Amino acid sequence: METAEQIRDRLLARFPGAPVAVVANPGPGAQHSLLLGASHAADLARFLRDDPGLRLDFCSNVTGVDWLDREIAEAAKPAAPDPAGAPAMEAGPKAARIQPGYLEVVYHLYSMALKHGPVVLRLRTGNRSDQVTVPSLTPVWRSCEFQEREVFDLFGVTFAGHPDLRRILMWDEFKDHPMRKDYSEPDDYEWEPTPHGEVLPKARRHYPAAPAATAAKEGPAP
Amino acid sequence: MSDAAPAPPVPTDAEREELRRHGILLTSMEELYNWGRSHSVWPLQFGLACCAIEMIAASMARFDIARFGSEVFRPSPRQADLLIVSGTVTKKMAPAVVRLWNQMPEPKYCIAMGACAISGGPFKQGYNVLKGIDRFVPVDIYIPGCPPRPEALLHGLMQLQEKIRGQSISGPDAPRHLQAGTTCDYPVPQFGEHDLVPTKNPAVWQPPVLVRKEGA
Amino acid sequence: MSVSEIAPLTPSAGPTVRSVRDELHGDLLEVSMGPHHPSTHGVFRMVATLDGETVTRLKPVFGYLHRNHEKIGENTSYLSSMPYTDRLDYLCSMTNNWAYALAVERLSGQAVPERAEYLRVILAELTRLLNHTCLAGFLLQDSGASGTPLMYAFREREKILDLFESLSGSRMMCNFQRFGGCRTDATPAWLGAAASLADGYGRFLDEFEALLTGNEILMARTQGVGRLPAALAVSAGVTGPVLRASGVDYDLRKVDGYGVYPRFAFRVPLGAHGDVYDRYMVRVLEMRESIRILQEALRGIPGGPVMDPKAKIRGFRAKPGEVYSRIEGPKGEIGFYLISEGGPNPYRYRVRPPSLINLTILEDLCLGHTIADTVVILGSIDIVLGEVDR
Repeated sequence: METAEQIRDRLLARFPGAPVAVVANPGPGAQHSLLLGASHAADLARFLRDDPGLRLDFCSNVTGVDWLDREIAEAAKPAAPDPAGAPAMEAGPKAARIQPGYLEVVYHLYSMALKHGPVVLRLRTGNRSDQVTVPSLTPVWRSCEFQEREVFDLFGVTFAGHPDLRRILMWDEFKDHPMRKDYSEPDDYEWEPTPHGEVLPKARRHYPAAPAATAAKEGPAP
Repeated sequence: MSDAAPAPPVPTDAEREELRRHGILLTSMEELYNWGRSHSVWPLQFGLACCAIEMIAASMARFDIARFGSEVFRPSPRQADLLIVSGTVTKKMAPAVVRLWNQMPEPKYCIAMGACAISGGPFKQGYNVLKGIDRFVPVDIYIPGCPPRPEALLHGLMQLQEKIRGQSISGPDAPRHLQAGTTCDYPVPQFGEHDLVPTKNPAVWQPPVLVRKEGA
Repeated sequence: MSVSEIAPLTPSAGPTVRSVRDELHGDLLEVSMGPHHPSTHGVFRMVATLDGETVTRLKPVFGYLHRNHEKIGENTSYLSSMPYTDRLDYLCSMTNNWAYALAVERLSGQAVPERAEYLRVILAELTRLLNHTCLAGFLLQDSGASGTPLMYAFREREKILDLFESLSGSRMMCNFQRFGGCRTDATPAWLGAAASLADGYGRFLDEFEALLTGNEILMARTQGVGRLPAALAVSAGVTGPVLRASGVDYDLRKVDGYGVYPRFAFRVPLGAHGDVYDRYMVRVLEMRESIRILQEALRGIPGGPVMDPKAKIRGFRAKPGEVYSRIEGPKGEIGFYLISEGGPNPYRYRVRPPSLINLTILEDLCLGHTIADTVVILGSIDIVLGEVDR
């Protein structure tokens, strides 16, 4: 099967100027993915499905991923090395850059006709707050129907062109998008016999403090 | 407290045995009533998750819940006595569970089978998981396990039968349907924007109040 | 044959006889089947709009068992998610474990010893037998044969569960696979017991089939009902026996060749019509192929360790990267997508549930059939809500 770079080149040859990039995947898995821009995503997907060399007719998996704002500390450029062999001096403070967060939808495609795969597609939203629309690939692969609804339900990504976009796992009146990294679940009191770790601050809110917590108490806490 | 009339003489077990040998069964109304009720508890066909498979296994040939009188799992709540909540109760499902409980006629009992029904179980830290069905429905027997073996369910059923046999016809120990003034309409929670509304039924469940130790 | 296929009566000379169906067009009735229903395999709800008895619209509603498994996966370490994978498709815990272990092994590049691979195949095929037997039992139970086929199915299931319990300690939630192999080794006594079960299973299948396969009531209720065209199945991402019953030759054990499956000679049964009867028959034939694989694997299992000696159990961290890996579970393709940032927990943990994606075509299959057929069609798709909702 073709590599991600070869597929990208063919896509660019067929749709010149379309936003296609290869996202490398470190690690032994080596499943590199193609990042598609929103403008041409549906056409590119249809090409991938119908092209006789690829015939990617089976969309196996649609996943949503939430990437928060990240601080990337860029190391400042080092000074020229000292010919005498002393260690290089730091040249000024490091500049911190904030990469804004976004939501991502990842598609895994296989071919049932030619029995190869996977080809991984990625669609990214503009940001996490108001630009959360990406084109829907349900008209291309029917299997995206429920999975895109789930990404809408749990992450809040709106799919333009989806035939029936509504919540699928949570109830319709629910307002939040629970799989986002900054979602905090409602505190409806859970009793823990031995609270520790992240549960301890939550437990402390519900358990009243001991009545006679005087400063005169000596010795270590029991 | 002294009674107005002297208590009637109670026959001893030896006397009863003697009478039984002659084909005379001597019992009290209360024993007969409770014996009939406890030995024909009909569960509702209500399985939520993994524990439901163990419940089905308990009704199959190897473990055979039919020996205990629970042969027929009724599909309709109107005909069932026992609600075995087997599996995780999610917040989306909770109104349906309470509605089913309301539709069951008294006398009715509830068994919370499995860790999820007791307290939320391994999925406790969840935005959609109800941390125990006893927040909305009064539970009689708790069966721990994940999932409990079918033998554990049978043991729980036997404990329930003992509990029913211990109930008296009159007085404070009487079951709910023989006590005046009990309501059989438990409020059904509604879907809110972030959580169920209300999150619990205060008449049924109050969170335990624990005081922090010094320095905790 | 369903009601909608009966042609309306043609008018004759003389007193006009018209079909009752042509005359009576009342309101459409919306019926909510579930979430508490004896035949919906769990807390599943179908909102069916009926014209008389015929289904004109059917929308599945689920989420009643949504236990935020994926969020828990992000907050727990890799190994701690293994018991949660048991509870996805709670009938088939061994294959769920294997799918997850395979994904983590591909993410971190671990090798698995040969004996562990053989053991995994043995357990997976036992799980396939268990699942298909129970499915046949549940399908018949839902169609109205209340009791007997399910009792036979569960009798065999108990024998397989005895094997699982003696090996892993638990009947259902086995939590048996680890990253780099299996948790414990199988003793020769256990392998002997598994071999005698595999040898005896063929006779049970003969008995079961004698009851069911030629049964005219089963054939009348299932043949021609819920036909799934192959093109729709492929587009909708349907996998597993449902796909193969529509004639599409796609079995991951052959296509991907994961584990040691390429060493075993087995056939992949395909259906011709794609109806409920074909799905039932494909599963029965798959059970017979599973018995062959089991017998071969039990004969050929090599010695050696069942766990990679270099595998790190405590403090396991995967290298940064992502992977999507899948296996052929009894219900279809079960896949795991993991994104690792190098920490002890995965950054994103996603389960690709075969039951959910197989439900995409539920409405297509049920349109035009009667409400009684929807139960049979749903039974043949083989869903487990723990997997659909996660």
